[in-house]
Amino acid sequence: MQCYMSLMNIITANNITKDYKEVRAVNNVSYAIERGEFYGFLGPNGAGKTTVMSMIYCYMPPTSGTLNIFEMDVTKSASLIKSRMGVMPQDSNLDPDLSVIENLIVYARYFDIPKSISIERARDLLSFVELQEKKDVNIQNLSGGMKRRLLLARALINNPEILILDEPTTGLDPHSRRDVWTRLAELKSQGMTLILTTHYMEEAENLCDRVAIMDSGKIISIDSPSSLMNVHNGNLEHVYMTLTGRGLKG
Amino acid sequence: MKFNIKRAFRVWQRHFMVFTKLYKSSIAFNFIEPVLYLIAMGLGVGGLVKEVNGMPYINFIAPGLIASSSMFATSSECSYGTYIRMTFQKTFDAILTTPININDLIAGELLWGATKSVFYGTVIIIVISLFGLVDSPLIILAIPVLLISGIIFAEIAVIAAATVPGIDSFSFFFTLVITPSFLFSGIFFPVDTLPTVVQKIAFFTPLYHLVNIVRSLSMGSLNTVMNDIIWLITVAIILSPLPFKLLKKRMLP
Repeated sequence: MQCYMSLMNIITANNITKDYKEVRAVNNVSYAIERGEFYGFLGPNGAGKTTVMSMIYCYMPPTSGTLNIFEMDVTKSASLIKSRMGVMPQDSNLDPDLSVIENLIVYARYFDIPKSISIERARDLLSFVELQEKKDVNIQNLSGGMKRRLLLARALINNPEILILDEPTTGLDPHSRRDVWTRLAELKSQGMTLILTTHYMEEAENLCDRVAIMDSGKIISIDSPSSLMNVHNGNLEHVYMTLTGRGLKG
Repeated sequence: MKFNIKRAFRVWQRHFMVFTKLYKSSIAFNFIEPVLYLIAMGLGVGGLVKEVNGMPYINFIAPGLIASSSMFATSSECSYGTYIRMTFQKTFDAILTTPININDLIAGELLWGATKSVFYGTVIIIVISLFGLVDSPLIILAIPVLLISGIIFAEIAVIAAATVPGIDSFSFFFTLVITPSFLFSGIFFPVDTLPTVVQKIAFFTPLYHLVNIVRSLSMGSLNTVMNDIIWLITVAIILSPLPFKLLKKRMLP
């Protein structure tokens, strides 16, 4: 049994298992994420990445194991943990009944951020994601790429210490994808801890300090993309195939 | 079902904000229907039935429509509305990534549902007062009662939202639960004209007690009101764990 403990660690997960009825989605995984790190969970659909993430943002508790974030237990201090965290989900869950700016202000209110502050913050974030001109537009009239950018802005409304990104660029064209990468790199340079799931090797290679490679609910390897590629002689896709004996897209 | 009232209020505020954006269409819809009933039944049936319990037929049914309007508003808000926010719109998923926890969220849904009961009931109080169909200013006391009954209707509708297999199933909920309740709770005729079995069933519907209360207040009588209020409070409390338990089960398998 591995046990992670360090003052540097912002997240420590020990022997986490998650069952849905009969299915074991996550099987006894342990990992630790350091403050300021850009950490990736890599693997094909169904590997358990999204389940690992949803336990981090306290959507559901682990079936067994301990998960501590900011040195607090997710099953006991969910609200406090979530107040210091931002989540960019895989599917758009923007509020279709509200405009772009209202989406940010209503979301800020869930964090008890007063309107005087949230309005200013929303404006800054809209310019960060280049959506100032869409301020009063309805969500239905945004393109897929714009929705992603707005989801990113929304996830940043509470100045989070940890930013969770579940497949942040899936479905985006190459240009929009690079665009998101640039912004994420900027956030990392400001000292934010970023955690992402992806099945794009290029994305992990470009952004992550370390990746945890997942397969069938288990973490099979954790290392920096460069040492993984050195050890296994090739790019991450090659590493993945060597480790699991199959392709990533499957 | 422990929740934080401030965080539940944040959810309420979101719904209120959306409501103030869309209220023109929705409130008109909800106020036209009771007025149509009032005119059709009040004048149509009222032409045949001169008096019920010593009052003109239209005066007899008017307070009941306060009750039914509030029931319909809350029932659709917390069935269709809650279901859509939970599934298609994923509004709940977004809210749950913030400090709001699932119990706060469910409490927010119930409080908002109860608020709609107050809004829509109050609109009808104003309308029938303008028609001159209210005898006593005691009708004002109906407003806090609408909050209590609103919690029950919200609880029942959230239970439905948590257990339906799909959105189409709500038509069963309305056809088998809400509409019979509307027809047999003493709005259009005194329940004691019905067979004993039906009277007994009516006793178990919150609408029956709400109609009794509102009608008494409209007539300026406080005599029997307390029993019905106690009934409503008791049922609101008894039902309260269910929406929490079932919706959590639905969302987090």
